[in-house]
Amino acid sequence: MTTGTSASALDTVARATNTPDEPQPYAELGLRDDEYDRIRQILGRRPTAAELTMYSVMWSEHCSYKSSKVHLRQFGEKAPASDALLVGIGENAGVVDIGDGWAVTFKIESHNHPSYVEPYQGAATGVGGIVRDILAMGARPVAVLDPLRFGPADAADTRRVLPGVVAGVGGYGNCLGLPNVGGELVFDPSYAGNPLVNALCVGVLKADRIMLAHASGVGNKVILFGARTGRDGIGGVSVLASATFDDSGAPAKRPSVQVGDPFAEKVLIECCLELYDAGLVVGIQDLGGAGLSCATSELASAGEGGMVVDLDRVHLREPSMSAEEILASESQERMCAVVAPEHVAAFFAVCARWDVDARVIGEVTAVSPEEASRGGRLVVTWHGETIVDVPPRTVAHEGPVYQRPFARPADQDALVADDPARLPRPATGAEFRATLLALVASPNLCDKSWVTDQYDRYVQGNTALAQPENAGVIRVDEVSGLGVAVACDGNGRYCRLDPYAGAQLALAEAYRNVASTGARPVAITNCLNFGSPEDPGVMWQFERTVTGLADGCQALGTPVTGGNVSFYNSTGDTAILPTPVVGVLGVLPDVRRRTPMGFGGADGAALLLLGRTRPEFGGSEWAWTVHRHLGGRPPEVDLAAEAALAEVLVAASATGLLAAAHDLSDGGLAQVLVEACLRGEAGARITLPAGADPFVWLFAESAGRALVAVRPDDRAAMADLCGSHGVPWTDLGTVQASSTDLVIDAVLAVPLAELRAAWSGTLPALFEG
Amino acid sequence: MTARIGIVTFPGSLDDRDAARAVRLAGAQAVPLWHGDADLHRVDAVVLPGGFSYGDYLRCGAIARFAPVMERVVSAARGGLPVLGICNGFQVLCESHLLPGALIRNAQRRFVCRDQWLRVDSVRTPWTSAYGAGAELRIPVKNGEGGYVADRRTLDALEAEGRVVFRYLRGNPNGSARDIAGVCNETGTVVGLMPHPEHAVDPLTGPSADGLGMFTSVLSHLVGVA
Repeated sequence: MTTGTSASALDTVARATNTPDEPQPYAELGLRDDEYDRIRQILGRRPTAAELTMYSVMWSEHCSYKSSKVHLRQFGEKAPASDALLVGIGENAGVVDIGDGWAVTFKIESHNHPSYVEPYQGAATGVGGIVRDILAMGARPVAVLDPLRFGPADAADTRRVLPGVVAGVGGYGNCLGLPNVGGELVFDPSYAGNPLVNALCVGVLKADRIMLAHASGVGNKVILFGARTGRDGIGGVSVLASATFDDSGAPAKRPSVQVGDPFAEKVLIECCLELYDAGLVVGIQDLGGAGLSCATSELASAGEGGMVVDLDRVHLREPSMSAEEILASESQERMCAVVAPEHVAAFFAVCARWDVDARVIGEVTAVSPEEASRGGRLVVTWHGETIVDVPPRTVAHEGPVYQRPFARPADQDALVADDPARLPRPATGAEFRATLLALVASPNLCDKSWVTDQYDRYVQGNTALAQPENAGVIRVDEVSGLGVAVACDGNGRYCRLDPYAGAQLALAEAYRNVASTGARPVAITNCLNFGSPEDPGVMWQFERTVTGLADGCQALGTPVTGGNVSFYNSTGDTAILPTPVVGVLGVLPDVRRRTPMGFGGADGAALLLLGRTRPEFGGSEWAWTVHRHLGGRPPEVDLAAEAALAEVLVAASATGLLAAAHDLSDGGLAQVLVEACLRGEAGARITLPAGADPFVWLFAESAGRALVAVRPDDRAAMADLCGSHGVPWTDLGTVQASSTDLVIDAVLAVPLAELRAAWSGTLPALFEG
Repeated sequence: MTARIGIVTFPGSLDDRDAARAVRLAGAQAVPLWHGDADLHRVDAVVLPGGFSYGDYLRCGAIARFAPVMERVVSAARGGLPVLGICNGFQVLCESHLLPGALIRNAQRRFVCRDQWLRVDSVRTPWTSAYGAGAELRIPVKNGEGGYVADRRTLDALEAEGRVVFRYLRGNPNGSARDIAGVCNETGTVVGLMPHPEHAVDPLTGPSADGLGMFTSVLSHLVGVA
């Protein structure tokens, strides 16, 4: 060999001690001068190349939450008292007790940057990653939801990114056997060049079988199992997820996107569940961002604190990989388990049955009190030499914490002052008709089945409701009939106008969606998608959002169980709309009681609008679609009213009063009427209250509202129920199953066929072929 | 004593537990069969479920055909054992030459999941005897490679011999030749179809309970025979 690195140049701990001044590429790995200095201080020497790799990936924004940590604390500090929370923030995912011995775990994550660079693989591995988080809690994954946001629907780049992302979500999730039961599809120019690809996974487990990521028990074996380790995704978290794209950046970063193998993940799921059932696992951690660096340091610091790992034992896809590459690899479909020595043989037998590769790569070790006080001791060897000797807690949990400056953006006042009241509104019947048809055909309000029909919503045979319903509803247990509902929502425009209120509106909408199915909301997860934390205006949006969400969760009694922060969603200097996406989990004691959204089975039913309608158009779909206007204030938030409305919807479902219910949000009442008529193909005749402004009643986006259909005999009982909870209600008309029109007296009448053509034609026209 | 119906699990099978649930709801006993175990464990009929056997990175069903359990399934099917292949199971039956034709990528080049109308064109199989002739069913279809193809002579023969068991109604979801959704072998005992009857056994979790008839059909066939 004439060039390259000779064996003697291996950067061992001994060598690092003897060559303290050797220059290191820490800046290229994304570390700042002061961060590098701190690593030297912790170790009392310069880090080895392998140690530098570990610290750089684990101290990246993506893994360490260094810019968000100081704000995220509010989720814990303001958490409402809840008996239901079995595992809270900090583990792979939160776990909620839903009764009858069952528990549910759920979490949402982002895979935004990879999905822009490589739409199919980015989206696919986003699903794969969140599924392993759920699996690592001891749960069987039972459903996924995918909130997606793209640039303008007619932009050339959206045509590149969207079909790939959708095919990736479907390709991975379908092959894994996970029903896709909900999500969002939103278009806005701010997401051009920076799509948001979030994925939420729900898992079910017995409440007494929760798995945790800790390496306990000195002498226990550390087993890496699943796919082999390759060069894909190296530095994904530090290079890709923790920096902004510049104009030239994307192609150079292409190799950083991981490649998914859903079949490998499917057998890994079945293999893990069999291992859990057999009681062979002490602790377990999935390998995702930061790969082995993350799994070993987190396992060790959560357990005894001591671990030795021999990297030569890692099963490689490419034998020429260096130690640093092995530590940083983000190869998918891998898990790391801690197993008692007497169970190793049985563990390997289960893995063999599923053709899953498993290797013992290390062992849990004892630490001295002195070592424990420094953060434990993780030792990694390579070719017989020690290349890592660090306190794992300093890698996993004691990364830098920043108080980033934040300031209300200079344009915020002007934005809020620009009220949509000045915009021209429809006045004649013809104008109302044209407005309605334009809105239902708009990319944000149109039929999304071109996307969702590419996802399997039936697999596992427990899907009681799926998109376009208010929430996904999954049967948990065939014997008791217990079910859960999950919805996720966000509205970047509302958040741009007022991030505190916008976050609460996202929470309220998902909460309302869950309650509309009859489920009682119990807990939330969130994915906070923002621009660069180095921009004080973005940091202000972030701080306001977290505070709003924490206060909202406190008011509604729904604790935050976990989530994810995605920063650096900017193209050049332009940040995306601040976009918190909130996922709410609810419980249905009897899943057969679930309330559907469509009028199909509700002939003759009386329609009641619950809640208060106000002339609120700031950030509305009407202002945006018709006038390309974004300004003013978002709808008013009234969380007490939201809670009361949810009580009514849950109680009405439990007592069988509801034939259908649909929450109101984007597009207002008009949109809900169209969706409910087309779901099951039934007409309706609506009479707005005397003196009502039809424009306000049809298109305002006031929160805290739902449309319900009740049998005529039940109308009085429904009105009483609303009255007893202080929820205002308005008679709106009736469902007419035999009618082929949606009629709004004195305003408009449109045949359902015309509505369907307008509503369903948009996405195929944009993305077909 | 009820019938024992085996459900094969290949690595990558997804709808095996759903098929077992459908078998139980029909009143039969569901018996799990493992791909690597060349033993049918005295079952009276076999269901090959949906999924992506071995990942289906090659041709769908191409590897599953060589699974140890399939040797037994193929020889037992030739001896008259009723076999139902659903989606991936249909693909495996075609790859195993128990059924004619092949399934190719959907005409629209995308995975499709939707509620699909079917017509039962043959009730003379052990899997469809409970239906009325020409019955219309609403059953989920979900596949990426569900386009049924065969040469013209084969298609003509299938039609002439009454071996088209199911046909798509009100829209063909994947470009299948002559709207064919399912076919059977010469004796009618081996049936394959792309739509998923096991996802239509309870209106709670499917668009209807129209699929249950396939499982009750085989049960009455088996109990009647016994």
